[in-house]
This record gives sequence, structure tokens and C-alpha cells, in this order.
Amino acid sequence: MTDLTRLHAHEMAVLLRTGEVSSRELTETHLAAAERDNRALNVWLTIDRDRALAEADAADARLAAVRTNPDRALDLLRPLVGIPVALKDLVSLAGGQCTAGSRILEGYRAPYDAHITERLREAGAVILGKTNMDEFAMGSSTEHSAYGPTSNPWALDRVPGGSSGGSAAAVAAFHAPLSIGTDTGGSIRQPAALCGVVGMKPTYGRVSRYGIVAFASSLDQIGPFARDARDAAALLHAIAGRDDRDSTSSPEPVPATLAALPAGDDEAAGSLRGKRLGLPREYFVAGMEPGVEARVREAVAALEAAGATVEEVSLPHTDYGLATYYIVAPAEASANLARYDGIRFGPRLGDGDVLANYLATRGRGFGPEVKRRIMLGTYALSAGYYDAYYLKAQKVRTLIKGDFDALWTQGFDALVAPTSPTVAFRFGERLADPVSMYLSDACTLPVNMAGLPGVSIPCGMSDGLPVGLQFIGSAWSEASLFGLARGYEAITADADWRGLEPTDLAAAAEPETPTPADRMRAVE
Amino acid sequence: MATLSRSDVEHVAHLARLGLTDAELARLELELNHILDQYAILAGLPTDDIPPTAQTIELENILRDDVVRPSLPVAAVLANAAATNGDFIVVPAILDER
Repeated sequence: MTDLTRLHAHEMAVLLRTGEVSSRELTETHLAAAERDNRALNVWLTIDRDRALAEADAADARLAAVRTNPDRALDLLRPLVGIPVALKDLVSLAGGQCTAGSRILEGYRAPYDAHITERLREAGAVILGKTNMDEFAMGSSTEHSAYGPTSNPWALDRVPGGSSGGSAAAVAAFHAPLSIGTDTGGSIRQPAALCGVVGMKPTYGRVSRYGIVAFASSLDQIGPFARDARDAAALLHAIAGRDDRDSTSSPEPVPATLAALPAGDDEAAGSLRGKRLGLPREYFVAGMEPGVEARVREAVAALEAAGATVEEVSLPHTDYGLATYYIVAPAEASANLARYDGIRFGPRLGDGDVLANYLATRGRGFGPEVKRRIMLGTYALSAGYYDAYYLKAQKVRTLIKGDFDALWTQGFDALVAPTSPTVAFRFGERLADPVSMYLSDACTLPVNMAGLPGVSIPCGMSDGLPVGLQFIGSAWSEASLFGLARGYEAITADADWRGLEPTDLAAAAEPETPTPADRMRAVE
Repeated sequence: MATLSRSDVEHVAHLARLGLTDAELARLELELNHILDQYAILAGLPTDDIPPTAQTIELENILRDDVVRPSLPVAAVLANAAATNGDFIVVPAILDER
């Protein structure tokens, strides 16, 4: 019998329907892998074995009912029934912890389910637990988690990217075929690239954020991780759509094609023919590693060989993206994080008056990166500086969005670009200089500024580490982006790097293996 | 662009209700100025005639029907508070007794 954890979700779905495998077996196998590896990887902040098995049994009952009762055949359209899923630890799951990677939410138990949690339950998915992340999703390495960093499954002395590093690593390490992340400036796509998995940031407004811990409300979006485009698209299909509890979620219809990407490689490869792609020259930024650039240019050549046309294009305001983002995002964060006051939830520290409680609770509850961003944002919004910073950044945002709009007007189907300028970096390498960490997201954050969808897919290896290729599309074009990703998978199905697997995690489960926290302490 | 002095940093920390140690204030003074240096690039970009973008999708005036819907039970809301009394959350007195 093949190792069940190596299957893609759509392969698991077939075995579940025929009854060859039960959801309980699938869930047990994934829980065992997660529990075995968590010392070496620190992927999971909670693994909820009992609840996951109860959900698996419920899914098995649902599948059995479908098999014996043709009237329930509609249920067959639910591709996630019985499939294990991981949630980033900022998604509310009623009764469960929801730390957002912060001490200030230690002990907090979510009183309700997030919208996407409800949707996943309805779809019959099995939630295994909650994954590690940079505190309040602020970071590109998961080193800013208050609960210790996560290791990259491909190289344990390196970061998985961030902020959704735990969710990316869970899929790369075969702990789950699917996981959920959030992306404010690259927090799904960059860890997907660094961990060698597929990750999409959908269009702003595509997925309801009800029940998600907020970071920067004009940028945050929820999206899927998976090991191929079909699985990621099916997961997005299950969670997307209007929800009246999030007034920024859009009534834009969710296309059924998301759940019906071509299974056959010939059809998928054929769909690339005639596609017109732009290659933004500004995304080959200074400091890009030669191995990353080489893999991306090879991928472009492969797309051309398959019949797509690729033209070099310009997004002239790209260089302003970083500064713009690091005004807008901290400003919105400083407002969103005002709610952590130690009164309604979380620990309350300090003795004396309310002000003393605020200062102690927030001063000790938030970690260094969160404090840095609250300070930046508070300053950018403060009297006398609002016009120079926040208003200015919003105007530049108009120009950044306009760069993309001009290309859609010219008829480009999508843009193709690197996801991250580098492969996974070592623990500690970018902690000393916040600006060097911020540069990790140079190729992803303009997409958030413009509210557009972007998907990162693996496109080979550099120095033994995964490289990500990014497709960026116009608003609501997720199905078309996944079509491109699926086409690229089809034309590279036989590439030698496709068969590579991360580090031998069974060997790493030995007690002498350093934990990720040990590794980070060693370099500090 | 402006540079932040130590007293500016202390003022912003107070606005943000962050109790910071001397070491944190000293480090933030350096780091924030380093980050503000990166913002200087924006000053050279003419934007007088450019409208600001606050959000990117064209949605406006999303209103729900004016009907009563159930809220969370009081006990569920209070369960996460540091100190409660009956149906209330206990906080330090804000107004002096006169």
C-alpha cells in the first residue's frame, strides 16, 4: 500500500468514494506524521486528535450514506469530504485556541467559528489543528512567532517563509494535503515558494474574513495551500464567496471551473496555447539569487515552448511598493491591534489604573516586530504626519494599481514573475535588519496593494531548495490563474525535480535533533 | 523627511499605549529612523493630482436588513475576560468617586 500522506487530495477523494480508504485511516496517518515531526519542525501550535477523528468518523458516515443511497449523490460534488486540512492559528475554531502567534492571545478560546471554518465543516473536511505563524502575520520567516520558529522541511536550519510558514510547511512535510493561510503582503505565496508547494492569494474580497484575526484590513486575504493546482483550486472553491458578516466580501460569483481544472496533462498543456503573458522586468530585483532567476527564466521558456507568448512588460512604480506597503500595512495594523487591551480577552497585566494595565499588557504581550509595526503605523497616522505618510502612500497605491490595470487593458491574460527573490534563508539571517526581511516580499506585496490574485507554484530547485513561480491576474481571475498553474504542472510533469522530497523527517524525529528554537538560539 | 528623536519615540509609544523598556526605546529609535529612510523615495514622486486608493474593489454601502439577529451568549463573551462579576467585565475605576 502506498503511503497515504503522499497522495494529493483529489486522489484521496477517489479512494474515499470507492471505500478503499476511510477518512479515519487518512486522518490517523496524517496525525501520526504531524505528531512525529512536530519536535523537529514546530509546524503545529495545536494538534486536535480527538476532534479530528470525530470529524473523520462523521465524514465516513456521510460517504457510506452516499454509497448506499443514490439520492445523496449530490454529496459527491463535495471534493473535500473526509480530507485532512490544517488552519493557520488566526482562524477561529469554536472552543479552540487562536493565538495568532502572540502571547497577548495566550489562553484565549474562540467563542465561534470563522466563516471559512463553517464552510470547511459543511464541505466535510477534517480539521487536524492549527499551524504556527509570525505574530499577527507580521513577518516573512515565522521567526516572529511567540511560540518559537518553524523549520523548513527541506532544510531544518532554514526558515519556511512567512507569515503562514506553518501552513506551508504542513503541506510540504506531508502532514496534510491542504491548508489555509492568509496573505497581506506575500504571506501565502512566499512560504509556498520557500517550501515548494502551491499557494494562492485570491482577489481582495473573494473570501470572507469573518472570524479571522485582522492585520491590515485593506490588504488581508485568505487563501489555500496544496501540493498541486487542482487541490488548491478545490479548496478555494470551498471557502470563496459572499458572506454578509464581512461587508468587504464580494458578491462576485465563484466560478464552477475552479473545482474542475483539467485532470489530463494533454488538455492542461494545450490550454497554454495562445495565452499572452507579461514578464515584469522590475520583478527581477537587485539581490535576486542567480539560481532563482535561472529557474524562472527556464519556466518562461517552457511556457513559450507550449504555445504561450511572453512579452517583457514594465510595472514602473514597483520600486515604490515596499515603502508604500510599509506605511499602509502598519497604519492599518496599529488601528486593528488597538483592541488588545487586556479587558475583554487575553491576559491582563499591570497593577493600578487602566492606563497602567494597557501599557503593561501591550508592552509585554506583543513581540518586537509587532511593536515596531504598531509604532510605525501610529507615527504615520499621527497629527502632522498623516498627509506626508498615509495619504501619500494611498496615492502611490493608485499608481501601483494603475500599472497593473494598464496591462489588463492591453489584453494580457496574466503576468509571470518570481515569487521570492531568494530561496529559503537561514535562521537569524534577516532578523537583525528589519528592512532586509521586508525585501523578501518585494515581488508579492504590489499584488496586495492592487487587490489582485496571485498564485505561487514550484518551478524547480536552486542549491537543493525550492523556487517559486508566480502568476498574477486581474481581479476575479483565480480560475484562469489556476489554469495556467495546472498547464505549467502538465508541461513539467516529467521534470526530474518533481520527484524530490524534503529532508528525511523520520530520521529527524530522533530526540537529539535540535528543535527550531534551539537552531535559532544558536545563531543569535 | 522627518527623523524621530528619542522623545518622539516615547510620545508615539504613549499614543500606541505600549509600555516599552529603555532598551526597547533606544533600539526603536534606530530602527524606525532606518525604516523612515526607506520612505524618502516616495517624496520624489509627484502625486498632487492622484486620488488616494483606500480599497481596491468597487463595493459601497453594503447594508444588511435592519432585523434583530442573535448575538453570542453573554457567558461565551465573558469566558475570555480576565475579571468578571455577574454579567459584567471588571475593570479598574476610570472616574474618581466624588
